[in-house]
Amino acid sequence: MTKPTNTPKHTALYHNHLSANATMVDFAGWEMPIHYGSQLDEHHQVRNDVGMFDISHMVTLDMRGVEVRSFLRHLLANDVNKLKETGKALYSCMLNEKGGIIDDLIVYYLDDQFYRMVINAATRDNDLQWIMQQVEAFDVQINEREDLSMIAVQGPNAAKTMATLLHGEAGNVITALKPFYAYPLGNDTFFARTGYTGEDGFEILLPNVQASDLWNDLLDVGVKPIGLGARDTLRLEAGMNLYGTDMDTSTSPLVSGLTWTVDFKDADRHFIGRNALEAEKVAGITQRFVGLVLQDKGILRNHQKIITNKGEGEITSGSFSPTLKKSIALARVPSDIGTQCKVLIRNKMLTADVVKPVFVRNGKSCLENK
Amino acid sequence: MSNIPADLKYTKAHEWLRDHGDGTVSVGITDHAQALLGDIVFVELPEVDDTFEASEVAGVVESVKAASDYYAPLSGTVTAVNEDLDDTPELVNTSPYDNGWMYTLRLDSVDDLAELMDANAYSETCED
Repeated sequence: MTKPTNTPKHTALYHNHLSANATMVDFAGWEMPIHYGSQLDEHHQVRNDVGMFDISHMVTLDMRGVEVRSFLRHLLANDVNKLKETGKALYSCMLNEKGGIIDDLIVYYLDDQFYRMVINAATRDNDLQWIMQQVEAFDVQINEREDLSMIAVQGPNAAKTMATLLHGEAGNVITALKPFYAYPLGNDTFFARTGYTGEDGFEILLPNVQASDLWNDLLDVGVKPIGLGARDTLRLEAGMNLYGTDMDTSTSPLVSGLTWTVDFKDADRHFIGRNALEAEKVAGITQRFVGLVLQDKGILRNHQKIITNKGEGEITSGSFSPTLKKSIALARVPSDIGTQCKVLIRNKMLTADVVKPVFVRNGKSCLENK
Repeated sequence: MSNIPADLKYTKAHEWLRDHGDGTVSVGITDHAQALLGDIVFVELPEVDDTFEASEVAGVVESVKAASDYYAPLSGTVTAVNEDLDDTPELVNTSPYDNGWMYTLRLDSVDDLAELMDANAYSETCED
């Protein structure tokens, strides 16, 4: 893919990556670490112990105002009314009028007039344009937190490791956080028990000027830096969708494995895209989002064609699973595909099992023994 | 700096050849190539008795990141393949010039070897 050769953006941790011998690549205009030597070793480090990711390129939006809840109930396909406790997080899609996905995001409830949203870096400009357009009718102020960095600490030993760094009340509260809850520490620091790896862990927001110190403190207690390469294989094993790859504006959540994130319960909630999704349901949903496990030798890759007697499908994300030592994929296929399919890989038809789109959680295989 | 043994021949496509002196060569990819590819997780090998023209695709090496074709350096017939790579493709990373060899080729013409680069010439292409 060719991109305009603008000056790449750097996070506050850029020099930390260089010191750790990172191989840097362009990601949505940011120069980010793809790996620090071995993507496979980094993957196993997170599955078996603990690693950290610089995800400061992601975009944090603070939304405040008396109408912020009604705005978000209009903007998002999931219903923020589910959020009653301070720090509780919700995963949602943001849809266009046609039900296509503009972005997937996490929104945190902080109080009745204050929500915090984290969106993808690659979709920032489009998202902001859309959000600013939609917010005009509401009394809501939006503030992009470019002053904050974000570090994800992920792995079975993440909580234990964080406890050694944080003392006193903060340490106790943070390591006792339930999954998908966050703990705000003042206006500038924020610990969320969330992640994108299928392991326990935290996503930490903190001021840019403090990011390097925390990174170095984490290094000192044995947390290894992990690049975007392993981040992708970890999220794929966990069956977590990647925006722009597994879904985009041309696909609805109903054919992207994200039906569970759309809340139709309140019939009076007219969120953007609702009419289109309801029409899609009435017309009949002909595609399904599944996992594939390759039985033959080879590697499943994005955009490979799936052949079934019910029609064709396509792999949306495929790679080698370092944990399972097999090739796995997420794919959009005809609804009644059955339990096996053929994948066309360089003019060969290889056999793959069709499974639920989650392969590894908390270090363990989710596949039934076959 | 990548390792470029002096006793081998090289192609621009980052393959190496070891001349066995009996009309056959073993073929693999260079240290420079394996480093660029990253962790290798699958090697699709040719089959014994496959015949190739020079620069024809001989197989595919897949790293976690991506799939890359590799090419027959010269025309010839495959006489053996390294089946160890089926279960341990990472040998291409850890031992690119020895245990990570891919296949042996009986050359159509041994004289073709003279067309390939020596270690010095190859090391210059890696600096580009």
